[in-house]
Amino acid sequence: MSRKDQLGRDPAMLPMLRLLAGTHGDDKHDRAAVSSLDVVWVLYQRVLRHDPANPRSEARDRFLVSKGHGPIGLYAVLADRGFFPADELAHFLEFDGRLGGHPDRNLVPGIEASTGSLGHGFPMAVGVALALQAKGSDRRVFVLIGDGEANEGSVWETALLAGSLHLPNLTGILIDNHSSTRPLGDVAAKFSAFGWAASTIDGRDHAAIEATLHAQDATRPSMVVAEVDA
Amino acid sequence: MIEPTMREQMASTIAELMNTDPRLVMVLCDISAGLFEDAATAHPGRVLNLGIMEQTAVSLAAGFALEGFVPVVHSIAPFVVERPFEQIKDDFCYQRLGGNFISIGASYDYASDGMTHQAPGDVAILRTLPGMEVVVPGTPAEFDLLFREAYADGAPTYFRTGSQVNAASRPVRLGQLDVVRTGAEATVVAVGPMLDRVVEACAGRDVSIAYCTTVAPFDAAGLRALAGARPAPVLLVEPYYAGTGVSDVVDALAPAWLRLDSIGIPRRVLSNYGTAEEHDAALGLTAAGIRARLDALLVATVG
Repeated sequence: MSRKDQLGRDPAMLPMLRLLAGTHGDDKHDRAAVSSLDVVWVLYQRVLRHDPANPRSEARDRFLVSKGHGPIGLYAVLADRGFFPADELAHFLEFDGRLGGHPDRNLVPGIEASTGSLGHGFPMAVGVALALQAKGSDRRVFVLIGDGEANEGSVWETALLAGSLHLPNLTGILIDNHSSTRPLGDVAAKFSAFGWAASTIDGRDHAAIEATLHAQDATRPSMVVAEVDA
Repeated sequence: MIEPTMREQMASTIAELMNTDPRLVMVLCDISAGLFEDAATAHPGRVLNLGIMEQTAVSLAAGFALEGFVPVVHSIAPFVVERPFEQIKDDFCYQRLGGNFISIGASYDYASDGMTHQAPGDVAILRTLPGMEVVVPGTPAEFDLLFREAYADGAPTYFRTGSQVNAASRPVRLGQLDVVRTGAEATVVAVGPMLDRVVEACAGRDVSIAYCTTVAPFDAAGLRALAGARPAPVLLVEPYYAGTGVSDVVDALAPAWLRLDSIGIPRRVLSNYGTAEEHDAALGLTAAGIRARLDALLVATVG
């Protein structure tokens, strides 16, 4: 599959990118896989507390991929981190493989939620964030949504809901690769209006991704709009 | 003593269980929120009234389930089943998560509010979901028994409640048909609130009556044991779309030759208002209507 040349600025990405380069089979979702790759890689490399040997550890931060399509990039990052053997990537989309075109939490170590139908993972992440609060956990919840996904009504139900709750442990990442049929305008301003701490960053700028995802508002959920060219 | 309604029983059962089970979480969409105010005070963070956003409510509940909680989502039947059907399918059934969905309103308790508030198709669509349990209690006390048995069993479970109830409770168990009486002429399966009118309809007839409060998984072994290897005619009486459970009856008694009829709500747009009782009368879901269908089934059998 073709890859944009923006990847690989950080030499530490190269092993993961080599894994990704060996995959094939989901052309219709290539763009989605590439558009979120820098954010996902930085998350696992520098932000998320996680343990590939114990993927359901209570001590982990949670990362839900609400836009479940294009998961090959995520699979490559998970394999690179050691959640499962890298040679499984060669069996992407195969009948007997466990790496499907949308991720299955019951099959793939490291996958928090089975997603695919758009607009489900975002509200699910709010439930996870509330559940962690009910447990007294200080772990964080990250959820990745797409700009096309933001056409779904449930995304805006969730924006309204979470913006009115005390959820500093929730961080949304909206990958804006300009795939939305409906122009979204200033997405960060929209989330700000709903009560979120929202900002817009370059979705290829690893330092900006890391700094923004490490930051937490004291009381509000955060939304990071990551702009990418494709 | 004034008996509680199904809705009141739901609230008291859940509030009591929340005192002893820290996993239990109640997710509301305005409907019945007033009944949970004390529980919300006692258990902050575990009673959530989100407002009117049922799709988000079901997905959010799945998020709680992912973290080991046992969520309950409640609203009027069309809004907790039909609007967020895909969320129930994907977020609970496909993810293999346990949770509970409790409706009020049954098929047409809110008949005066028109078709948008009716849900005669709720059980039929939920029966398409693998792993989905469907429970239809006939009294508030039966709801209490069945909820306590099912709510934390690891499966997604739908509890269908409404204003029409039987006069007396039965010793129901999750997943089991309750044999009310035995007879030779026919087997009548009465689902939930249909039992009283079925018993009245069967007066003077030598028929078996099986009371069904767990629609899914259906108690196939129980029906086989009651009906025998050469089953007499079977009449299925349901409080939702007619024929919803026919395949369960056929599968339970296969490969026996079977004469079968089913009574329920016909699959047509119900544009009348009024009351649930008026709808029942218009659709033949009365003791007299059931008796007429039973007599016709038995005449046809003899013929």
